[in-house]
Amino acid sequence: MPVISVKALKKTYTLGGEITVQALRGVDMDVEAGEFVAVTGPSGSGKSTFMHILGCLDRPTSGRYLLDGRDVSHLSRDELAAVRNGKIGFVFQGFNLLARTSALENVELPLLYSHSPVKGSERHRRAREALAVVGLSDREHHHPNQLSGGQQQRVAIARALVNEPAILLADEPTGNLDTRTSIEVMDVFQRLNAERRITILLITHELDIAEYGTRTVAFRDGLIVSDAPTLTRRRATEELAHLPQGDEA
Amino acid sequence: MTLRIAFKALLRNKLRSSLTMLGMIIGVAAVIAMVALGSGARSTIESQIRAAGTNLIYVMAGNFQAGGVRMGSGAANTLTVEDAQAVRDQVSGIQYFAISVQTRAQVIAGNQNWPTRITGTDVELPLIRSWPVQHGAFFTPQDVTSAAKVAVLGKVVSDTLFGENTDPTGQTIRVRNQPFKVVGVMSSKGQGTGGEDQDDAVYVPYTTVQKKLLGITHINGITISAVSATAVETVAKDVAALLRQRHHIFQGDTDDFMVRTLEEMAAVRTESTKTMGALLAAIAGVSLIVGGIGIMNIMLVSVTERTREIGLRISLGARGRDVLLQFLVEAIVLSLVGGVTGIALGVAASTTLTRVLTWPTTISPEAVALAFACSALIGIFFGFYPARKAARLDPIEALRFE
Repeated sequence: MPVISVKALKKTYTLGGEITVQALRGVDMDVEAGEFVAVTGPSGSGKSTFMHILGCLDRPTSGRYLLDGRDVSHLSRDELAAVRNGKIGFVFQGFNLLARTSALENVELPLLYSHSPVKGSERHRRAREALAVVGLSDREHHHPNQLSGGQQQRVAIARALVNEPAILLADEPTGNLDTRTSIEVMDVFQRLNAERRITILLITHELDIAEYGTRTVAFRDGLIVSDAPTLTRRRATEELAHLPQGDEA
Repeated sequence: MTLRIAFKALLRNKLRSSLTMLGMIIGVAAVIAMVALGSGARSTIESQIRAAGTNLIYVMAGNFQAGGVRMGSGAANTLTVEDAQAVRDQVSGIQYFAISVQTRAQVIAGNQNWPTRITGTDVELPLIRSWPVQHGAFFTPQDVTSAAKVAVLGKVVSDTLFGENTDPTGQTIRVRNQPFKVVGVMSSKGQGTGGEDQDDAVYVPYTTVQKKLLGITHINGITISAVSATAVETVAKDVAALLRQRHHIFQGDTDDFMVRTLEEMAAVRTESTKTMGALLAAIAGVSLIVGGIGIMNIMLVSVTERTREIGLRISLGARGRDVLLQFLVEAIVLSLVGGVTGIALGVAASTTLTRVLTWPTTISPEAVALAFACSALIGIFFGFYPARKAARLDPIEALRFE
């Protein structure tokens, strides 16, 4: 059974009065567990709208979206909140960490909104575990302004992992990072995907970043124009080994 | 859980939180101090009245009509010593009793002179007013019976005629060309219930005023103290009934005398201080509302400033009510902590006022409880709008917000 199954997905926005914009014009896509899908396309192609619907931040105008076998196309706002909390991990371009808050507490944040309350000690344990996965065990008590961009994004990834979601949605995660740090973040994604079988959807407009995935889906004018396995897949670990050592630890 | 989230959010921005609270602190402190000041003034007046004796009943000779001309209260000469005797003998519940006959005269001693009130009264006056004699003694029942020319001076009169800090007992003063022997000086009492200076008077037996100074047989009034505060009303009613009967006044006709209790006079003054207190409280209440608006203002700014944070929380699974509660709790915590600090500051301010300016203040538990409840309500009221605004944010828009 696919983790994500989308059938004839349409999204139409009404901009004041008569003008309507068709952001998605009927998208079909299945994503199996353990895939690393890169979604690409120019701005205005509908990839952001697609990602918002997959992330349960928005609802489709028509069509069906099954997440982990459950139809989530017509849930209420509160039900969608519960789905986001339990099934989806978000990684954003701007990191979106809480300022003046330690890395550990930032990672714990999704657990505070869990429907079944998680005890304080259990929250700490799971947050530490998630930080260890992204290699930041020694930065637990650092605040975001004491961390580099790459480290901040790794804290955000740990936050996305802490609820053990079905999918990880990354929206332009390397948009604010330099080349070397971008590769480091991709390294984290590739290892999570390979070692922990985590399903990843990566939205990017940079084609070279898309090459870290196992499958590339291209959007144009609200439709999928190509969907194929990535033939020449880049390996972040190998590239890092050949790059000159950066300043970062 | 929401409490934890809200507390952490407040602690993350200590300066803004404390500045927001400042409005609340000042508002609540103002309420506490103002109400304390108002009720302090009231209780001072109440205790003054209690000192004057709340059991007092005044009977005054009333209006007298000559032809069509009304002569005003006190003009009638229908109230007599016999009426007073009858009241004393027939009305029960009377503790002390003093007839009064008033006149004004120039009082002379040596080369000094002073115009003042000559109050003809009876031996029980110091008891009725709980008013001790400072030098010498009050005149005696024998003095009253024999209409003796003896005088007890008020403090002001004594100071004016004989100089301050001297005991004039045994000296002689002249009133209307007649010598009076000074037998005592009253201690300082200040203003009476009618606003007159009780120290600016000379007290002599009422019989002396009637026979030696005025040559009359009627009296101006009677001062009565009832055995207890609860008996005042009955005594006043009985006195009035007896006098109507003695003066042959029929049902529906106008009395030629007046019976007043101090309670009635006190009520007027207490009322005016109450108004004053209410005014102070109202001013303070306005500052409380301004404090509340300050909280709403900051919470609104805070919601805008933290739009991305709210978007993030929603995308991580916070429901609308989680966000609503977080911001509502933040507002309530701000106003409650502000309220408690304000109460402490208000109490400190009242105590300082009393100590430094010797203004009387009374901190009532009701005012403290009310201020606390108000601050909580203001938190909920002014916090709700920003909180709802936050809860209704669209996560997609909120995450894109720069």
